[in-house]
Amino acid sequence: MTRVEFTAEAKVLMDELRSFHGPIMFHQSGGCCDGSAPMCFALDEFKVGANDVFLGNVDGAPFYMSASQFEYWKHTHLTLHVTPGRGASFSLEIPTGKRFLIKSRLFSHEEILELQPPLMGKQH
Amino acid sequence: MSDVFNRPQLKDSYGNYINGEFKAPVDGHYFDVTTPIDGSVITKVPRSNKNDVDAALDAAHAAYTTWKNSSVTERSNMLLKIADIVEENHHMIAAVETLDNGKSIRETVFADIALVIDHFRYFAGVIRAEEGSVSELDATTVSMNIKEPIGVVAQIIPWNFPLLMAAWKIAPALAAGNCVIVKPAEQTPASICVFMELVGHLIPPGVLNVIHGFGPEAGKPLAQSPRVHKVAFTGETTTGRLIMQYASENLNPVTMELGGKSPNIFFPSVMDADDEYLNKAVEGAVMFALNQGEVCTCPSRILVHEDIYDAFMAKVVERTNAIKMGSPFDMSTMMGAQASEDQFNKIMSYIEIGKEEGAEVLCGGSAANLGGDLDSGYYIQPTILKGHNKMRVFQEEIFGPVTCVTTFKTTEEALEIANDTLYGLGAGVWTRDAHEAYQVPRSIEAGRVWVNCYHAYPAHAPFGGYKQSGFGRETHLMMLNHYRQNKNLLVSYDKNALGFF
Repeated sequence: MTRVEFTAEAKVLMDELRSFHGPIMFHQSGGCCDGSAPMCFALDEFKVGANDVFLGNVDGAPFYMSASQFEYWKHTHLTLHVTPGRGASFSLEIPTGKRFLIKSRLFSHEEILELQPPLMGKQH
Repeated sequence: MSDVFNRPQLKDSYGNYINGEFKAPVDGHYFDVTTPIDGSVITKVPRSNKNDVDAALDAAHAAYTTWKNSSVTERSNMLLKIADIVEENHHMIAAVETLDNGKSIRETVFADIALVIDHFRYFAGVIRAEEGSVSELDATTVSMNIKEPIGVVAQIIPWNFPLLMAAWKIAPALAAGNCVIVKPAEQTPASICVFMELVGHLIPPGVLNVIHGFGPEAGKPLAQSPRVHKVAFTGETTTGRLIMQYASENLNPVTMELGGKSPNIFFPSVMDADDEYLNKAVEGAVMFALNQGEVCTCPSRILVHEDIYDAFMAKVVERTNAIKMGSPFDMSTMMGAQASEDQFNKIMSYIEIGKEEGAEVLCGGSAANLGGDLDSGYYIQPTILKGHNKMRVFQEEIFGPVTCVTTFKTTEEALEIANDTLYGLGAGVWTRDAHEAYQVPRSIEAGRVWVNCYHAYPAHAPFGGYKQSGFGRETHLMMLNHYRQNKNLLVSYDKNALGFF
């Protein structure tokens, strides 16, 4: 049972970014403005801390979220989408005029039973 | 005042503002700026990179050698002149801000730009009245504290109040004697171009510079530069952490304003009478729709005592349904467009998450189709969801015209719900009980608690967050110390040696 998946459009954009920047990673943001949006960085551009949760790999790219935020998101399955739009942040896709977007649904009761506790800290 | 403002015409493109003039980007690349009102292109600004950032840093460092010794009078007078020019062009700048961001003209006229003017005047005033301190430690030893500017500072501005958030940062930094490099949000870079056209000549070259572009290309080299002495940021948590990581490489101080999930609490006494106060309290609950909800302190969690829930929320829903949407240039329009298409899509996805989690839609709940040219803009109905505090829509900043309501039975329960969030930026408390009006705010973990009001941002009242909402206090003279060093002169008036050596 995965916690995070991605759409075909997300993979296309990820491939485009990798062709420029090499391996990439994601960290889910919270808070103001572009908060609640996933941030995409060159791998290790963002320093993952001991209090980040590793949610899994999306097409080989590690996806993290702060543990405090995960407390509120842990019952949610995430899917990495793409939307047109001019985001504002340090996320790598901003210059393309597209923005990564998380869509989500609640895990079913059966799925929650299958979930493994997530790993903490850097896992890549 | 005309009821419908004309849509302003911008230049085809603007440059970066470096060393007192607009300059084309070094590599010659620009990007289109669109208005969320109808999605059309309104101008172009530079797609800057490290080369442009370096040019701005060169200009700022050169200017700093003299600007750091400028007199308080000179700086204060400059800020006053900036305020005067903005005031003379108040409505024109407001219309540009509406075009840039999509918010209604009634808000840019009466809130954004009015506050910009006042903010420059406030910092012009406080630095004239401020004094350092002197302590006589003993009969022959005196300690003097003198405030010195910190140097060249970088300021990364959000898109929700483009010019006001810039003014919040620029005014105190200049007042304190720093040179500044501003990086506006790539969604809303237009109004600061018009601002610099108007006031640039008042500011010595290099003292205030504006670099446009995208975060990873222009924001990163600015935030990471060892030639920057301080970084101020308003935005979200991941970018906040990234900027702090960059700052740590240079041992630079930072201030962070990172948003919230603000509770707005209504106690039973609110409904004790059907009077002006109740009318104000109902409006206070509907303030979630201000700026289309794109405010870090959006009162996005309404907590209502269960005894008054039905009667109070009936009024709130009625008032929310009366919100007029339409052309943002029409003074009667209460709510305009969301700032961008991705923002629109994110908000809509949260409304769906709320429905899926079982929240009840009390009003709104879908996009607003306003017809005509506005069909290609990004409009969402003001939406109230009823649910409980563990739902994601109660915990995550939606940054749209969406608020969530739940009930409480006791003051203790209200406080527990209010504080059960990662954030601590703003909160509202509504009560006619004088004891409640003091004790409840003191127990809320937030940097700003509005009591019997909401969404007021006057200069002279410090604003900033607890918990994951960040640190640092804006809109107050204490902000000056975020842009200064303390020079301590420890002076001996004793002619005698210590006798150690």
